[in-house]
Amino acid sequence: MSVRHVLKSVGILPMLLGVILLFALLTPKFLTADNGINVARQASINLVLAAGMTFVILTRGIDLAAGSVLGVSAVISVMLSLTPVWTVGAVPLSLAVGALLGAGTGAVVAYGGLPPFIVTLGTYTALRGAAYLLADGKTVINNDLSFAWIGNDYLGPVPWLVVIAGLVVVGSWFLLRKTVLGLHIYAVGGNPEAARLTGINVGRTLVVVYALSGLFSALGGVMSASRLYSANGQLGTGYELDAIAAVILGGTSFSGGMGGITGTLYGALVIAVLNNGLTLMNVSYFWQLVVKGLVIVLAVAMDRLRSRHAAD
Amino acid sequence: MVAGMQEAAAGPILEMKGIVKRFGGVTVLKGVDLVVRAAEVHALMGENGAGKSTLMKILGGIYPPSAGTLHYQGRGFQPTDPRTVLKAGIALIHQEISLVPHLTVAENLLLGDEPRHRLGWIDRAAMRKRAQVLLSRLDDRIDPLARVQSLSIAEQQVVEIARALRHDARVLVMDEPTAALTEREATRLFALIEQLRSQGTALIYITHRMAEIERLADRVTVLRDGEVAGTLDRAHLDRNRIISLMVGRPLFDHPDRTTTRQRGPRVLGTQELSDQKGRVNGVSLEVHAGEIVGLAGLIGAGRSEFARMVAGIDPVGAGSVEVEGVRVDFRSPLAAIRAGIAYLPEDRKTQGLFLQLGADDNITINLAGPTSAGGVLRTARLRSHAQRAVDAFSIRLAGLSQPSRLLSGGNQQKLLFARSLSLQPRLLILDEPTRGVDIGAKQEIYRKIESIADEGVALLVISSELPELLALCDRIAVLHEGRLMGVLDRRQAKLTQEHIMALATGHALPPS
Repeated sequence: MSVRHVLKSVGILPMLLGVILLFALLTPKFLTADNGINVARQASINLVLAAGMTFVILTRGIDLAAGSVLGVSAVISVMLSLTPVWTVGAVPLSLAVGALLGAGTGAVVAYGGLPPFIVTLGTYTALRGAAYLLADGKTVINNDLSFAWIGNDYLGPVPWLVVIAGLVVVGSWFLLRKTVLGLHIYAVGGNPEAARLTGINVGRTLVVVYALSGLFSALGGVMSASRLYSANGQLGTGYELDAIAAVILGGTSFSGGMGGITGTLYGALVIAVLNNGLTLMNVSYFWQLVVKGLVIVLAVAMDRLRSRHAAD
Repeated sequence: MVAGMQEAAAGPILEMKGIVKRFGGVTVLKGVDLVVRAAEVHALMGENGAGKSTLMKILGGIYPPSAGTLHYQGRGFQPTDPRTVLKAGIALIHQEISLVPHLTVAENLLLGDEPRHRLGWIDRAAMRKRAQVLLSRLDDRIDPLARVQSLSIAEQQVVEIARALRHDARVLVMDEPTAALTEREATRLFALIEQLRSQGTALIYITHRMAEIERLADRVTVLRDGEVAGTLDRAHLDRNRIISLMVGRPLFDHPDRTTTRQRGPRVLGTQELSDQKGRVNGVSLEVHAGEIVGLAGLIGAGRSEFARMVAGIDPVGAGSVEVEGVRVDFRSPLAAIRAGIAYLPEDRKTQGLFLQLGADDNITINLAGPTSAGGVLRTARLRSHAQRAVDAFSIRLAGLSQPSRLLSGGNQQKLLFARSLSLQPRLLILDEPTRGVDIGAKQEIYRKIESIADEGVALLVISSELPELLALCDRIAVLHEGRLMGVLDRRQAKLTQEHIMALATGHALPPS
């Protein structure tokens, strides 16, 4: 029983170790310090988005607009950096825009009573359009980007991108496990009616949750823009799906109230390791997509099987 | 020929022998024997957690047994999955209705076995005819073309039974079928059960209600802690004997409330309170500190609706609510909680518990915010509060963080009790506080209710069990179709079930 218990609590970790081992055996280029940092950097932006997505999915919601918010705020951050007066405010302002967009979405979900899937399907489309409009259909470039350090500099041997993603994960863990808000997120996701009757402000909790997802998406936008010294309306297309995949791989349940950030961390790393390892092995991008898709379904199926076994 | 048939009808149709079921390290069934004859109503009783549902899930092919054998119609039988079990003629009717609400009665009845034209599309005329034939055995007032969602719960249950009969069910398992029915609907169900029995069907009937056993059961098997405590024939059916088999000790009858303490100041006062849906009409009621006021009435009398308005859950239509002399107008449950009103909801699983969260979090969720340091949980403080509550209510746990979904009904209810007291309310509203709770836990809950009142809290208790109200309450308010028919006071007259029932059914009180 204790073995089963351990199996259940580690979730997707064995799978992560399995893929790492597999690639280590298949290609000598994989298990090196440089490549490890590479994988972490590739995982970083998805991880930041997935952290926000974890909050949302814990409340039985979904945020399809994460990639579009990323696009909007990336474009805004580069544009602001190009205008002398606003350069300093480029990062905080684009983060604020993301948080506000998220809060607005949350308010519609919480007080309008509309399903999150539909609300964010709308914002997903509209904000993508807004990103193109803001960039005027072009790519905004700033070769002298004031916040280029975020995407390109290192703290010791570790890229800032990875440091930021690490801070987001630690912060999210603390928020979910150690704060009143975290407890309320689990309560609202687990049983919204009971949460209301218990006196939890369900609406406010949802607004904060979607605002956090918006904030983290915008942070992902700043990270992308700084890495590229540029942004365009297309940036971040499809990122929300990778973020959702990381959350689901990590064992957070669509039915709400169950899961957490640690699983999401493992999930995002599984995706990054797959991308990286398959690329090192010269597998074509098209095959990478096929493999990634199959792994997601396989991993979730394994998880189901294991938890059913553990329940028996 | 006739004699032969009778003999066959009296023989066992189903035998479960030495059934063992283990979940992980816990043994839930410890070698249970159950013998069911054709044409009998075999009641299955036991406290929550005694193993009734597990036993039936094994029969239904939902869980495989860890050990033991089954014989059905004289042959070895392995219930591998629900479909084969149903095909073999064993049908389970769960407490929750499992029909598709948007489809018609006929579509539901023939789901998976739709009659077809030669070209493959559905033959609606044939479908309706077959549905009508199935229904005619039970209740021909149900329209086969009606959508299931437009039917009452009782009618939906009839449809479920009809669906089971489509598979020529020889054994029909019903799990607390009357839980959601009105008296009249239940009476019709009983007639139906008797009819099925006379047609040779074996019925396994799970219930907590003694009156139903006395009315229906040919035999009763009582489970206790995963073992058969005893099987009684109709000739030996006796209320006290069944209860003592269930609890393993003779029943200790809770004494009726005798001490009527000094009433404290008025905590709750409603004036001509009505809701917006016409379920509550002009109810004026007072509850004082240290007093237990019962709210009696039949299903649909508006008891819960009244309580939910007072607790800020549903909006007030007309009239007013005063708490400690101050007029209040709650916009949310939170506002009511802040004013010192705690509400323990009727359905603990859907309205009360956070099933994935631990027992500690469930108890202290209201304290998490007020005791926090700038939004950061004070975990140690919360856990020590939870531990004190667990001790005070003698909640049985494997650990403080054990997920509440793994607890028995009684322990879950005590958990919610502990939560509602965590904010030291001045008015505590209990909606069906002992529903689905076993007898042992009931007694503990009664004692707790009385001690809360002794501490000066005002209590409003809703219950469908009159003996419960009679045992607990200083006064009992009786509602009928949303109107207050009268308030019976223990100090002025003897409270009796007859008085309450007269008011609840809309009659004025006989002159005393």
